[in-house]
Amino acid sequence: MNIWLVMAACGGLTFLIRLSFIALEGRYRPPSWFVVLLPFVPVAALSALTAPELLLAGGEFWGGFANPRLGAGIVAIAVAAWRRNTLLTIGSGFLVLLVLERL
Amino acid sequence: MAHNSAMIDSPASRSAAFWLGVRALLPMHLGVAPFGVIYGVVAVKSGIPALAAVLMSSIVFAGSAQFLLAQLVSLGAPGLMMVGAVGVVNLRHALYSASVAPLLARLPRRWKLLLSYLLTDEAYAAAIPHLLAAPANPVGHWILLGSGFALWAGWQLATLAGVVLGAQLPEGLPLDFALPLTFIAIVVPMLTDRVRIIVALAACALAVALSGLPYKLGLFIAALGALALGAVLSRRRRP
Repeated sequence: MNIWLVMAACGGLTFLIRLSFIALEGRYRPPSWFVVLLPFVPVAALSALTAPELLLAGGEFWGGFANPRLGAGIVAIAVAAWRRNTLLTIGSGFLVLLVLERL
Repeated sequence: MAHNSAMIDSPASRSAAFWLGVRALLPMHLGVAPFGVIYGVVAVKSGIPALAAVLMSSIVFAGSAQFLLAQLVSLGAPGLMMVGAVGVVNLRHALYSASVAPLLARLPRRWKLLLSYLLTDEAYAAAIPHLLAAPANPVGHWILLGSGFALWAGWQLATLAGVVLGAQLPEGLPLDFALPLTFIAIVVPMLTDRVRIIVALAACALAVALSGLPYKLGLFIAALGALALGAVLSRRRRP
């Protein structure tokens, strides 16, 4: 199949997924259970994106203290909770990762 | 609270809002730029013509989906299967769409179309704390435009570099870790009550448990499961 056709279809579909609820807003009345979900979207979606980066290595679960990404992630979470500063969180996480990877 | 207000401030002008979005996104480029370069290299190796590989970054504009497409092209997969797979990989963007829809409700159609096109994981993550902090801010949508544009521009440059120059990345620097670290910096300050903490932990556990599912389906189902749990818990608290 023509790569340009595939790309156009993929691009159109991706755009429609992103547009979906934005376009529907105001044209329908979302059920109350749906409205209750919305405040949790940032926390739920971004946590689901992040956890596998810390807890999986090569597709396998690695929950031990020897996992440098898990250790660095835990330090970053602690720093983020303590100072609420983006650059401090990223910097400390990187630093701990570099140290742990060389141990 | 000084740190909190430094991170979550409500911009007063369009340009302040735009640059707030740009600044919130910039650290993610540490991870996104190498990812884009590698995509460019992989896409060309998979047999996609260079021009198509470059333009895919603006036509599809979705990192994981573009990697998947390159992989499926090299495997000679049927076109319909490729489109279906990309649709499944990008399902999670519907969650972002639902999340920002009430905040963009009053915008004219051209704004809705533009911000939908730019609604990636990164742009959403960078903008959402600021959007939620001041939902009535008349220039709030410029924050999402700033984060969306910053990601778009960086992604175009990175993938172009990958296609044109090939792989020339520093070895041994775990730059990809910048993305999860930035997400941590965004999510942790949002964990302001017990229900949100439980939702985050549930999403983490489910995403890891379901990571074996193809096409990032585990990620989408994990987010849905955690959302449902959050709804149940918050309803029980406020009957």
